[in-house]
Amino acid sequence: MSDSVVVSPSPLSPRGMRWRTRLTPYVFLLPALLLFAALSVVPIVTVIYYSTMDNVVITRDAPSFIGLGNYVELLTSSVFLQATMNTVILASVSVVGHFILGLGFAMLLDSPFVGPMAKAVFRVIYILPWVFTASIIAILWRLLLSPNGVVNYALSATGIASGGPIEWLGSTELALPSVVFINIWAGYPFYMVSFLAGLQGIPASLYEAAKIDGANALQLTWHITLPQLRPIIISLAILDFIWTTHQFTLVWMTTAGGPIRASEVLSTFTYKAAFSSNEFALASAAAVVILVMSVIIGVFYVRSQQQASA
Amino acid sequence: MTASGPRTLTRVLVLAGVVLGALFAALPVVWMLAASFKSNTEIFAYPPRLIDESFSLQAYWAVLTDPGQRRFFFNSYLVSGVVTLLTLLVGILGGYSFSRFRFRLKGALSLFIVGVQAVPPITLMIPYFGLIVWLRLYNTYWALVLTYMVFTLPYAIIFMTGYFNTLPRDLDEAVVIDGGSRAVVLWRILVPISLPGIVSVGVYTFMLAWNEFLFALTLTRTSDMRTVPVGIELLMGQHSFEWNEMMAMSILGSLPVLVLFLAFQRYFISGMSAGSVKG
Repeated sequence: MSDSVVVSPSPLSPRGMRWRTRLTPYVFLLPALLLFAALSVVPIVTVIYYSTMDNVVITRDAPSFIGLGNYVELLTSSVFLQATMNTVILASVSVVGHFILGLGFAMLLDSPFVGPMAKAVFRVIYILPWVFTASIIAILWRLLLSPNGVVNYALSATGIASGGPIEWLGSTELALPSVVFINIWAGYPFYMVSFLAGLQGIPASLYEAAKIDGANALQLTWHITLPQLRPIIISLAILDFIWTTHQFTLVWMTTAGGPIRASEVLSTFTYKAAFSSNEFALASAAAVVILVMSVIIGVFYVRSQQQASA
Repeated sequence: MTASGPRTLTRVLVLAGVVLGALFAALPVVWMLAASFKSNTEIFAYPPRLIDESFSLQAYWAVLTDPGQRRFFFNSYLVSGVVTLLTLLVGILGGYSFSRFRFRLKGALSLFIVGVQAVPPITLMIPYFGLIVWLRLYNTYWALVLTYMVFTLPYAIIFMTGYFNTLPRDLDEAVVIDGGSRAVVLWRILVPISLPGIVSVGVYTFMLAWNEFLFALTLTRTSDMRTVPVGIELLMGQHSFEWNEMMAMSILGSLPVLVLFLAFQRYFISGMSAGSVKG
């Protein structure tokens, strides 16, 4: 089709055809783009706008522009800083825990001592925690960790803990570690499955060559398995860190951030600011902080992916 | 030391690790199952027992005969089903566009879609509340369906683009030469061949919708619009800790995902490791 041909007997001129051809890919994408525009671009612009205002969404007084006022309030609030700290602790300890359990279980299943049948059965067992949604996992662990629950019974019956029932989720010292533990239990299968796939991809010849050189199991893991899995480890760790900083349900339904904010994370802080205190502008600023954190980590992720594919 | 010495030791250690790992993963779940068969008073009996005289299906009966709780399940199945169908439809169209066309904004739009995937749900929550009320969708199924699609579609489009990219373009051209339209190419040729990929996206989408909690909590108000995850939370408040019923509902609420997992294990795992999100 050339630009010089203008007149054509067909109902659609070549120029018209060209426009149609050009627009076709956008037509196919239109439903998705409309949805993303309405329900992700518009809300993000709105939340950034809210974060610079006072009195928004549900208010008695008229909204007013206060610039960075909400951000100043957040950064000088010890509760917010505590929530940020807790979020970082939850996310980083979870990533390490998921990694250790995920790799450990994957290597156990992949070991030559486990037959194909046993491997299939134990793989399903190891994946079990992943089948349950966060709110169900939260309720289950509230039952297990309750002061009169079976975990405390087992600890006292075996003589590990003798000082009476432990308030796992109800004490300020143990609430956050308990939530971290539950999150680790809930999330390692994702790593395990990814590592299992990754282990299949490591050529056996690498191990054999190293064994001939007299390497032991630990050296094999350190010098072959881990470097070979490196791309998977990096992308899992970054994605998991981002998802864990978004975690709301598990914290909300186990401790609701308590007691006295001991296990408050950014998402529960934001939820409470909005729906308990009706401070929607402050909550918006907190929501923007979480967004910025995710974007920064997301950029690292995209870079690492580009490096991996380059 | 003989060669078999350390080998036997390693074998014992590995098998011990396998069993300990299985206990770590499965004991909490076994306890959930056991508690769902007990009477509420026996759950905290001292010393605790896995199965006791009060063993019965009473808790399941109570959940299944309560119209309010049946409604949670109905809502969850309806919302997750509609989200899955619409996500597949829109995702297949989007994936087809990215896979089969070259256009000016392709790079920018695909980066945008990857970006949407990284937006924290809690960031969208506050403006959504206002937006959904303004659209008159507050406390409706559509509020949940449209919201969930924001989180399921990016993955569906990215995955379907990748899947279509593995199918040779000669297929398309052969159909066009025979006088077929793009619609014929897509729905009669590409979609049937891509069924494994579509199943994988569908399972992932259904699960994400089935498990969602934050928006189900904030965008609906009346108990007849609540889904299972929020329903379980309500049960916790209303019935003053009927643990056996909560555990029975948790088991019933996990069945669809468990069944999907066992039936489509292979698709599931490939979809999961292709970069999926756990809600």
